[in-house]
Amino acid sequence: MLSPSILIAAIVNGLLTGAVYALVALGLTLIYGVLHIINFAHGALLTAAMFAAYFTYRVLGIDPYLAAFLLAPVFFVIGYGLQRFVIGPASHGDDRNILLVTLGLAVIIENALLFAFRADTRTIDLPYAFSGLDLGFAFLPWPRLIGFGAVFVVAPVLWLIMAVTDTGRAIRAVAKEKLGAELAGIDVAHIYAVTFGLGTACVAIAACLLIPSYYVNPSAGNAFVLVAFTIVVLGGMGSVPGALIGGLVIGVVESLSSLFFGESLGQIGIFILFIIVLLVRPSGLFGARA
Amino acid sequence: MKGLAAILVVGAALAVVPLLGVSNVTLNFLVVALMTALAGQGWNILGGYGGQYSFGHAAFFGTGAYITAVLQVRYGVNAWIAFGLGIAGGALVAAIVGGLTFRSGLRGSYFALVTLAFAEVLRISASVAPITGAGVGTLVRLDLHVAALQFHSRAAFYWTILAQVVIALIVTRLIERSRFGVWLVAVRENEDAAIALGVNATAIKFHAMVISGAITASAGCFYVQYFLFIDSGLAYGTWISIEALLTPIIGGVGTVFGPLIGALVVRGLGEGAQMMTGEAPGLDLVVYGCVLVLIIGFAPRGLMGGLAQWRSRLMRPALFAKVDHG
Repeated sequence: MLSPSILIAAIVNGLLTGAVYALVALGLTLIYGVLHIINFAHGALLTAAMFAAYFTYRVLGIDPYLAAFLLAPVFFVIGYGLQRFVIGPASHGDDRNILLVTLGLAVIIENALLFAFRADTRTIDLPYAFSGLDLGFAFLPWPRLIGFGAVFVVAPVLWLIMAVTDTGRAIRAVAKEKLGAELAGIDVAHIYAVTFGLGTACVAIAACLLIPSYYVNPSAGNAFVLVAFTIVVLGGMGSVPGALIGGLVIGVVESLSSLFFGESLGQIGIFILFIIVLLVRPSGLFGARA
Repeated sequence: MKGLAAILVVGAALAVVPLLGVSNVTLNFLVVALMTALAGQGWNILGGYGGQYSFGHAAFFGTGAYITAVLQVRYGVNAWIAFGLGIAGGALVAAIVGGLTFRSGLRGSYFALVTLAFAEVLRISASVAPITGAGVGTLVRLDLHVAALQFHSRAAFYWTILAQVVIALIVTRLIERSRFGVWLVAVRENEDAAIALGVNATAIKFHAMVISGAITASAGCFYVQYFLFIDSGLAYGTWISIEALLTPIIGGVGTVFGPLIGALVVRGLGEGAQMMTGEAPGLDLVVYGCVLVLIIGFAPRGLMGGLAQWRSRLMRPALFAKVDHG
């Protein structure tokens, strides 16, 4: 039967994967918490960021971990522009329209990437990609350890931005009471766009952390986006700590159910968990407001 | 009734097309467009009239397709009966999904997400379950007899799918005129107000979902008879869910002819884009996405709504400023 060391290895592996999931989910939950929209373009933006990280390494020779500092601001601007000039104006403030506009953007981004780069799967080989920490029962490659560590830097930074800065206060004000914030002189359209930009910047960081140990093709981001939705729902829509804990939980659940039921059924486990949480407790396990 | 007469006129006009000596390529294009329209007509009942935006209508399309294929191949069931059971199966899946989601009060984005997840669960299950042929898929034996619901001529397939579309148009029109339809629209416009006025919103949405699932499933049943092959990606792929909602939204959400117009326009644009770029993949879908965003941005009620708006502008130029809310 299963020895404890395989089980522990699976759990550790799940935690490492879960950390990256959490990073993708952070952006999604931030956007949901403030704009109250489900961003279907999140996966496509992740794919776009992975391509960007791939090419900054291949063309400019910049290490993905350094590229994060470059790509995060670039994707902040992209996200800002998308919300300010496309999603906001096109959706006329109707929730259902926002769903469809972000879906349309996802279709455009994904297929533009397909058109430009074809369906080929690409990887980069970093010199240190296969070295790592050997714990005896499990081998932990550096790229995945760095990804794990990074989420515990990004989440607190995000939390600090929200808690301390004026922009963060404005974001929280808009999230709580849009009309009141507007009356108090806050530019709501600007704050929406800033939030969307922050969420997109999180995606860029996630992409840079993923690319050393993962592959990229035009639909690579989709594998993460449904998982990220699950995490956001599980952790409570809009909750940053919820996304962090939810991500780690989902990572472990996936890893264990692949161990017990095989690779493809492992994924079903996530979706069934997702459906059950939505049906039974749509406000999330960690109790943030719905 | 005026509406039904219009449907019969459109149906008759479309029925003449194969007699005009059009090429098989054109006919094939029309068959696929009508099939997309049918899937969209199903979505339109629930999403267009009921305001419940499902992102997982592939769940019904795929179930219809798989039941039609698997019953014939594995159990030797007659194609016509399998076709009927496929539709019933789609309605049953819709009843299960609708019963679970509407009873727990899921609305808006939550409903969209949960339908998406249901379709994904079915897709992954179908890709591993032995009965569906798992990863290999299920191939239906070529048997060109009317008894096997397969035809020598493409025109016969065309008339079959056209008949399905016309039936769905009539069903939509009857719903629109009925008390049930009025309740459904009331739920879309303001669910809480409708409930306050005594409308049983949960039951209304549930029934709309079952009808919706059955219509979209019938498109899946036809798919199998036409292409004689199905696998998990073709049956339950995300793209089917997207097409099912794309066609009514582009044509005119909550209108009888919206999905039909939307499907013809969307498929036409897709073909056009592919012709311009040759074999390059992706560009036709980029066009779809752009059309979707532009329609929502500039004509949120679709081409039908845009047309009505444009006509009323022509009639009453004085209202220019009022109608324009861009």
